[in-house]
Amino acid sequence: MKRREFIQQTTAATALVGLGGFGLQSFSSSLKKITILHTNDVHSHIDPFGPQDGRNPNQGGVARRASLIEGIRAENPNTLLLDAGDIFQGTPYFNYYGGELEFKLMSMLKYDAATIGNHDFDNGLEGLYAQLPHAKFDFISANYDFSNTIMDTHTKPYKVFVKNGIKIGVFGLGIQLEGLVDKNMYKETVYLDPVEIAQDMSRILKENEKCDLIICLSHLGYNYRNNTDKPSDLSLAAATKDIDLIIGGHTHTFLKKPTIVKNSMGQNVLVNQVGCFGINLGKIDFYFDSAKNKTSEGVSILV
Amino acid sequence: MNFKNLFLVLGLLLAMSCKTPTDVYKIEGKNININDSLPTITSIENFIKPYRENINKDLDSVLAYSVDTYSKADGYLNTAIGNLMADVIYDEADPIFFKRTGEHIDFVLMNHGGIRSIISKGPISKRTAFELMPFENSIVVSKLPGANVKELLDYLARAKRAHPISKLKIVLDKDGQVIESLVHEIPIDFNKTYYVATNDYLINGGDGMDFFKDSEEIFVLDYKIRNALIDYFMKTDTINPVADDRFIQLKE
Ligand SMILES: [Zn+2]
Repeated sequence: MKRREFIQQTTAATALVGLGGFGLQSFSSSLKKITILHTNDVHSHIDPFGPQDGRNPNQGGVARRASLIEGIRAENPNTLLLDAGDIFQGTPYFNYYGGELEFKLMSMLKYDAATIGNHDFDNGLEGLYAQLPHAKFDFISANYDFSNTIMDTHTKPYKVFVKNGIKIGVFGLGIQLEGLVDKNMYKETVYLDPVEIAQDMSRILKENEKCDLIICLSHLGYNYRNNTDKPSDLSLAAATKDIDLIIGGHTHTFLKKPTIVKNSMGQNVLVNQVGCFGINLGKIDFYFDSAKNKTSEGVSILV
Repeated sequence: MNFKNLFLVLGLLLAMSCKTPTDVYKIEGKNININDSLPTITSIENFIKPYRENINKDLDSVLAYSVDTYSKADGYLNTAIGNLMADVIYDEADPIFFKRTGEHIDFVLMNHGGIRSIISKGPISKRTAFELMPFENSIVVSKLPGANVKELLDYLARAKRAHPISKLKIVLDKDGQVIESLVHEIPIDFNKTYYVATNDYLINGGDGMDFFKDSEEIFVLDYKIRNALIDYFMKTDTINPVADDRFIQLKE
């Protein structure tokens, strides 16, 4: 355990003092737990890194990720498995099979949804489209308008999952393609402002779809310190409301733990990202209680 | 990086307005490391196996032989491995460029950092090409005005790094000034434009090569560098590259 980190968060520690035995008494049959598992930027890393690898020896590997996920699902069947994009590109598996094996394995691991990263355009829209039959999960993207492309109707802006009576709305956001991806690859894909789209999406999911939990699956990148105008997960979290969790990608940021950000209403949003290459798996558990047990004024976040 | 001890231990109480009818009252988050302490699922492993074996068979089939081990660290302003790579780009890309445009490539400039591994003595396979060039970078040709060719030479003189070149010859004096520059053995005419083959990373200003931003025209060959290497290895029996006099500095 990293005790120093524990102590560093003094404001949090102080807040905890007045709490006493909060929550423990409220466990009851109405308790529901939703587990969100996530990966990002796996980049065709199907095999684990070997023992000789200079950077990540013995890390990663789909067959191991499968056993980890299987164990977590056995513990809580009310689990969603999501990917925040850049599934493609990084090992010969992609060069030889164009993403077929990546999608087949993600289907075997029962991924529920993925968003689209910039490298998922590496074989062009046609290359992505050609592999779609191998994916038994949905591609979710709210700010790429594919209307004038071959991908039209093959993605959804959002999807609502119902697990144990809890409605979970997931929407997807992608990064600006111009300057990052060759135009020949993304063709007539139109990039829409992610912040505006996120505001629309969270309103639709909250007010129309009546979701209990709203998740943004983002390939925007965690944070751009030197370019604060560039949309990132941290800036998105601060500029929006009603989003509970932003699962990020693109910047290959290895967060030790999810970041807590205040949204535009001063409420807390979790932002998480697990680096790249299937080295880590993110796990966020949301505990729900019926309103009658909601005696406390707050939500405890243990990260 | 070791993420084994990631289990996040902070308890945090934060005000959050109530939701109805179902409320979140607690959130726990952690990032779990995937490593060799986890068992593998056999059915997944078995599913991957034929793909892996097929790739390995193809990657490891011998295409050519290398008489020695070559590294980009062997040499000052030009290296055997860099010369090989730049010459391969010229040999493989020029016929394609000529067929498409009726023009020939004047010279090649790649980046030293783009050589991602050594070539080991012995058999050369497709895997060698993947190791040398794991990225998807492809060959582009810039129609570059003479003034920018001058900037390119100044860049190379300043950098004093063995950025791979082909069909270009540069001599620096002992102070590092360019005193001779030839393309195809003919002195460069800075009033002319030149067709410079490079990669899509450098054409966008990578490694600070901003002289490419003034390209009059850019030709995308849709030809990956790795594939050019593979094509070359397939028709070559033995490789035996040398460091030569294409980029040198005089001692006095
Ligand atoms: Zn990535």
